[in-house]
Amino acid sequence: MAFSARYLRRRLLNGFNLGVSVLATLFGLFWLGWLMWTLVSRGLQWIGPSLFTQSTPPPAAAGGGIANAIVGSLLITLVGVVVGTPIGILAATWLAEFGRHSRIAAVIRFVNDILLSAPSIVIGVFVYAVVVARFGHFSGWSGGLALSIIMLPVVLRTTEDMLILVPDQLREAAAALGAPQWRVVVTVVYRASLGGILTGVMLGIARISGETAPLLFTALNNQFWSSDMNRPMANLPVMIFQFAMSPYDNWQHLAWAAALLITLAILALSLIARILIRANAFVK
Amino acid sequence: MRKPSPTKTHAISLEVPARSAGGKSVIENPKLSINQLNFYYGRFQALRDINMDIAERQVTAFIGPSGCGKSTLLRTLNRIYGLYPDQRATGAIMLDGRNILDRDQDLNYLRAKIGMVFQKPTPFPMSVFENIAFGVRLYERLSRMKMQERVEWALRKAALWEEVNDKLHQGGTRLSGGQQQRLCIARAIAVKPEILLLDEPASALDPLSTLKIEELIAELKTDYTIVIVTHNMQQAARVSDYTAFMYLGSLVEYADTSTLFTNPARKQTEDYITGRYG
Repeated sequence: MAFSARYLRRRLLNGFNLGVSVLATLFGLFWLGWLMWTLVSRGLQWIGPSLFTQSTPPPAAAGGGIANAIVGSLLITLVGVVVGTPIGILAATWLAEFGRHSRIAAVIRFVNDILLSAPSIVIGVFVYAVVVARFGHFSGWSGGLALSIIMLPVVLRTTEDMLILVPDQLREAAAALGAPQWRVVVTVVYRASLGGILTGVMLGIARISGETAPLLFTALNNQFWSSDMNRPMANLPVMIFQFAMSPYDNWQHLAWAAALLITLAILALSLIARILIRANAFVK
Repeated sequence: MRKPSPTKTHAISLEVPARSAGGKSVIENPKLSINQLNFYYGRFQALRDINMDIAERQVTAFIGPSGCGKSTLLRTLNRIYGLYPDQRATGAIMLDGRNILDRDQDLNYLRAKIGMVFQKPTPFPMSVFENIAFGVRLYERLSRMKMQERVEWALRKAALWEEVNDKLHQGGTRLSGGQQQRLCIARAIAVKPEILLLDEPASALDPLSTLKIEELIAELKTDYTIVIVTHNMQQAARVSDYTAFMYLGSLVEYADTSTLFTNPARKQTEDYITGRYG
């Protein structure tokens, strides 16, 4: 049976588009692979026990680690997540479940989109002006605050998108049993979109854990071990920024190691999120 | 407790007499009594001057072509339309002497009393057991034992127990389509409503599951007042005691099922049930 010209054309077009898609994917993977390779080849050799036990060394000194920056990053990110996540999820819940079609919801969405695309350095300067300048000193708290402002719109947007994906029939079914709306949201809608909401939070964490500019204006850096959130605090991004630009070999090595560490941490976080989502048997 | 009997007009407009002449179309002690009901989606009027009584512990079917308003009518009976701000109803629906369309009607309580099952199965994203316990927990505080009894009772009532008694703690979404729909029926029964609204409950199911659901309806009738919307006229004829034929938002004819199907009073009804429609 002879193929019609039309069919052949369609097959050709299909092959062409498939080829272009594969090439585009390979293009993206190529840069990612190169980046990972560079990080591993330059950073892995400097990762050792002292990296996690010692604080950052003075300039031109040998040895040292980045323990203070790791702890600082964890603390500052934790503050960002603890502040940004609930506000983001609650705001998204209002937008998707209660005020979906209201005018104020449209305004909030618009403002949130602006916040989402605001340069992080602007947010850093904002927190500097409002918090740091007023209190007269850099601090871990202000760093966490800046990160929470960056995380908030990410969580809000993804959570709202995920809540809207939950079919109305499910809400109707729960309401038809006599469940009040808050109960429908908490027990049925959240559960149905749990995977998506978690993904949004993870995306937010991934986004803020590499932010440098806002921390430069808020938490600044600290060469010594400190868990006092009221004082300048070491953190990985600013430490990488400072050490990578320095002329000292040892600092540069520590910067490579820190860069690899932060990348692996985000990778691990994404993987854990995926496994968690898949383990949740009731989410389709 | 007698209800303050709202005026019953049996022939509402001259053009569209709401009830056929023959048959036992006058319902004694109706469970629900719908009066001058109009319904709007925004500016679009979907129901026009509906007047009808729904008999207690009987099956009432709404039939009619797509878009005739039969599902809309069903959705007014538990005010589920209230979830959408642009939908509204005027008129009266009397239940136990109260107009449920009243502004101060407690909607959650009303919906606990009037269960509903939808066209597409809607299991919640939780286990079979939790799916059923969800509604019960809203209004009752049961011990572990009592809750297990209730879940089993509801599943037995919905003819699903034999199939899922070893899967109670698996996800409800993992059941087959027919099982999911019976799970939804079990869920609705578990809260012990007085009325059960079924919106094309079998239209997404295979013939065997459909048969099971129909048998179930016949069985549930002894305890519940059932209202079913269906596309399938044979189904209406098989399961219902009363049938209402709707067209373009109006109630064209309402009679006991055998009368409506064998001796319809109106030409429109006859054309529809004999397939000469349009």
